[in-house]
Formats: sequence, structure tokens, C-alpha cells
Amino acid sequence: MILKGRIWKFGDNIDTDAIIPARYLTTSDPQELAKHCMEDADPAFITKMKPGDIIVGGENFGCGSSREHAPIAIKTAGVSCVVAKSFARIFYRNAFNMGLPIFESRELFDTIKEGEEITIDSAKGTITIVKGNKVFRSNSLPPFMEQLIADGGLMKHIGKKSKEPRV
Amino acid sequence: MGNTITEKILMAHTDLKEIGAGQLINAKVDIALGNDITAPIAIKEFQKAGGGGKKVFDKNKIVLVLDHFTPNKDISSAQQCKAVREFALEKEITHFFEGGQVGIEHALLPEKGIVLPGDLVIGADSHTCTYGALGAFATGVGSTDLAAVMLTGELWFKVPPSLKFIIFGSLQKWVSGKDLILNIIGRIGVDGALYQAMEFTGETIGKLPMADRLSMANMAIEAGAKNGIFAPDAITKAYVEPRAKRLYKFYASDNDADYSDIIEIDASKIEPQVAFPHLPSNVKSVSKAGNIKIDQSLIGSCTNGRIEDLRVAAVILKKRKAASTVRLIVVPATPDIYKQAMKEGLIEIFLNAGAVISPPSCGACLGGHLGVLAEGERAVATTNRNFVGRMGHPQSEVYLASPAVAAASAVLGRIASPTELS
Repeated sequence: MILKGRIWKFGDNIDTDAIIPARYLTTSDPQELAKHCMEDADPAFITKMKPGDIIVGGENFGCGSSREHAPIAIKTAGVSCVVAKSFARIFYRNAFNMGLPIFESRELFDTIKEGEEITIDSAKGTITIVKGNKVFRSNSLPPFMEQLIADGGLMKHIGKKSKEPRV
Repeated sequence: MGNTITEKILMAHTDLKEIGAGQLINAKVDIALGNDITAPIAIKEFQKAGGGGKKVFDKNKIVLVLDHFTPNKDISSAQQCKAVREFALEKEITHFFEGGQVGIEHALLPEKGIVLPGDLVIGADSHTCTYGALGAFATGVGSTDLAAVMLTGELWFKVPPSLKFIIFGSLQKWVSGKDLILNIIGRIGVDGALYQAMEFTGETIGKLPMADRLSMANMAIEAGAKNGIFAPDAITKAYVEPRAKRLYKFYASDNDADYSDIIEIDASKIEPQVAFPHLPSNVKSVSKAGNIKIDQSLIGSCTNGRIEDLRVAAVILKKRKAASTVRLIVVPATPDIYKQAMKEGLIEIFLNAGAVISPPSCGACLGGHLGVLAEGERAVATTNRNFVGRMGHPQSEVYLASPAVAAASAVLGRIASPTELS
């Protein structure tokens, strides 16, 4: 999978209340949740961002609640992936389960500026800042995880696999 | 090389003979929990994976508690609760709680003996780690993981490395488990235990009452931990024995178990603690808080809504009144705690102090309802998170503290130590 997009830069410890405030959790409708994506970190984010854009965060991205509404809001808003120095563990698991690809890179964060464009090669595990062609290492995604993301998340993936003929 | 208590409990839920940190395992789950916010997504995911017509893996091992936006705060919250109720009835879930049966889940499950020592518990709520106080392995997961467990009774885990805390020394007056855990998070940071097990040991822990242990394990997630855990002992046995309706097992770490780090803490030096906005790690001693005026004091939540917490608050609030500028809200965490507080005359003390008594609910803690903050308002709260907008308007502030500090602050109208009142 090759992802290309403009980045929006956030700081350390972006928590799930900032990603999707609890006051909006009276619904699990993805479209409704997406309207408030990142609202308490940057209220204008949802009006500024375009589909395919990428969120870049610092340490411990997604800390706090176990709410899956957080990766759902990010994914449904059209953000193609999140790159952070590190992720909180429940968010890490939830993101993949929802089919939102995430990548870890400590170096990218320190170099990149808001609005720059990056390209991610998930099989190779590389992130490139387009301007200046600077390349950074990241985690690669194994084929099963690429398939899980392509299927739209864990449960759709499982559902699809259970329908495949057994050999 | 020996094993930690966390490794031993995880291994006991697999067919493995050996286990170590970093290993990926598939394990059987004893109890799986969901609430009115996370269960609706889990139910959708359950259907997506073809679970529609199927039974759940074990109707006695799934717990559904409608505690977050209840009593239903609006129509959409009511719809979410309705969806969970219909699922619970259709699947004949034994442990389904709503209406007057509802308690805040992490106070309710230990109280009812639903979670026990040696259990492997997952919950679609990050504070599921609370049950580590009983000597169980308990961790928060997302709704999809809950859905997978509802179908299969199993889930994959990465065995966490353990971070050991040795806590010694006698606690000062008014210092509680809440102050210990705030102090620890202040030392190691909100990702100081990322992906790890926090194992609490030492002479101070050996004497620590169960309510304090539950408060500490509850906030392990605020240091990024996968779980917090205490070796069960006589205090654990006294708590679980009258509640347990099935067998349970005590595990303990081996002397030669491997730890990622060992941190020693002299608890006698710790004063009551306050976590300033907007991170639980932004901790100061209450004596260094300065003059922080407050608009609201919230005493309750899965961290500090137990009868012991209410007793401490009542000692301070007896024959005193909350400042006229402060809204004092007391939330008994479960119906049994509420009844006990009435029996002991605590509710009357709170009412005389000018408090609002809330039904058991998570509402105020996460800015849902029953105590939401306006722009520019400040609250001292016995809860566990003080992120931006956590209890209401994005420009409101939350200061985390113990019930003793929250009660004293309510009386004085500013963040204050109980010693200022005596």
C-alpha cells in the first residue's frame, strides 16, 4: 500500500477526548463522529483537512479511553493514516481493528513541518518527505495486516475469511 | 527464570508450559465487559462477523452495564441503551445491569463478586485495569475485541513486561491510594508504563485496604499500562470470600521473576497530591497548589466512589458547608454503596453540606451529564482524567485529587488540604 498526503502536525499525548470528545459519544454513527474529529485539539481541523491527508503526532498518540470511536472518527473523516512517535496501546490495537493504518517513526516528527507532503510505502516501511526526498524508516505492515486494512477492519476481514472455501 | 504474577495468570489461560514478555498468545477470557458507549459498536461488529443468529460464547461470562450516559441523558443515549438491552435479552446475558441495578462498572463488578482473583478479564473500557487490585489480569480493549470475545471466548494478547514498584513507609494522615498512584504517574509520566504491567508491592501495599488498591489499579492506564496488579493476600481474601460464587485462585510472582525496572518509593514522604490540567502526570503536592479557586467538587467515579471514599469525605464535611461558590456533587458508585451511605448517615452529612447526590453514573467524569463544566470553570474531582474538555467545555479545567482533598476544597472554595480545616 502506498499512501500519499499532506500532513497535519499535533503534539505529544493527543488523548481520545481530544480526538473525539465524550460529549459526542451518544452515537456510534461514523459520519456523525467524523464531524467532530480532533475537535478539542484543533476545532478547525475538520474544515481544513482534505480526504487523504495524514495526521502526524508525537509521543503516546491516542492515550486515554478505549473508545473505538476515536479511530472511527479519524478514518471516516478521510484521514488516510496516522504517523506518531509512539501510540497508546489500546488505540494501537483499535486503529488496526477498524482498518486505519498507523505507523511509528520517531525521526519524522522532529523534521517535518505542518502542510508538507509525505509518501508512505507500507510494505517497505519507509516514509518520504516529498520536498527534498528525505526518507525515514518506519514499521512495515505484514501482508495479513494489509489485507485486514483493505477488507475494512478485523471483523469484516474475519467475516470474509469465514466465507472463503476451505482447502 | 521465574514468572511474574501477570505472566502466570496469562499462562494459566492457555495451553502453554512457558511464557515470557513479548510473546503473542491466544488466551481464554473469564469475564468480558461492555457499557452503553462501547457495547453498541461491539454488537454491530458481532453481527458483521456473522454472529447475528448465533449465541454468545457463554452468557454467564459477558457483563453489560449501562452506566455512562444513564439515567438516559437524551434520545440518542436512550437509543444506545435500548440496543444493548435488546441484545442482552436476546442473548440471555446473566450479568446485565440497568436502572436501579446499575453501579459504575468498575465498582460494581468487584462488589458483586463477578471478577475474582486469578481471572483474565477484558473490558471495552480503559479502566477495566481496576480489577488488578484483586490479583486478576484485567485490561481495557476496544469494542471490536469485545465482539471477538463475545463470539469465541478467546483473544490474542502480547505478554507485557512488568514494572515493579516497591512501596515502603507509613502513610501520612489524609494520604490514600489515590495519592500514591498520582505520585507514581507524576514520577513516570503518562506513558511511563506504556504497554507494561505495573506490579505494586512492598510493606505499604501489604497494609493497604482494598478500596485504595482498587483506586491505584484503576489509574494504571493513566501511565499507559496494560494492567496494574497486586498479589492477593489476607486483605484480598477478606474482600472476595463473602462475594465469590465460583472458585478463584491466588497467584504470586516468583522471587527470580524478570522486571523491566524496579522503582522504590518512600510513601512516608508523600503529601496529598493534586494533578493539574491537562494531564494526570502534572502532579504537585497540595501544599504547593497555590490559590486555585474552584467552581465544582466532584466526589465519586470508578476511582473514588466507594463507601470508604464517602466516609473520608463525610469526616471532613460533617458540620461544615461547601462554599457558596462551589457546586458539590457526590456520586455513590453503586446502589449498595448508596444504601450503606444512607445507613451510616453519610448522605445526610452531604446534604447538610449543600451537596447534590447523583445516582450512580459515569456521566460527570467524562463530561456527559450530571455535572458538566462551562467555559472557564474549574473542578476538583476524585476521577482519573483531566484532559482538555474532559468534564465539559474545552476551556474548563479539572484537578484530580483524593476524596479528602476534594471535600476540603469544596469547603474552602479553592484547592486545599484537609489539614487547613483542623
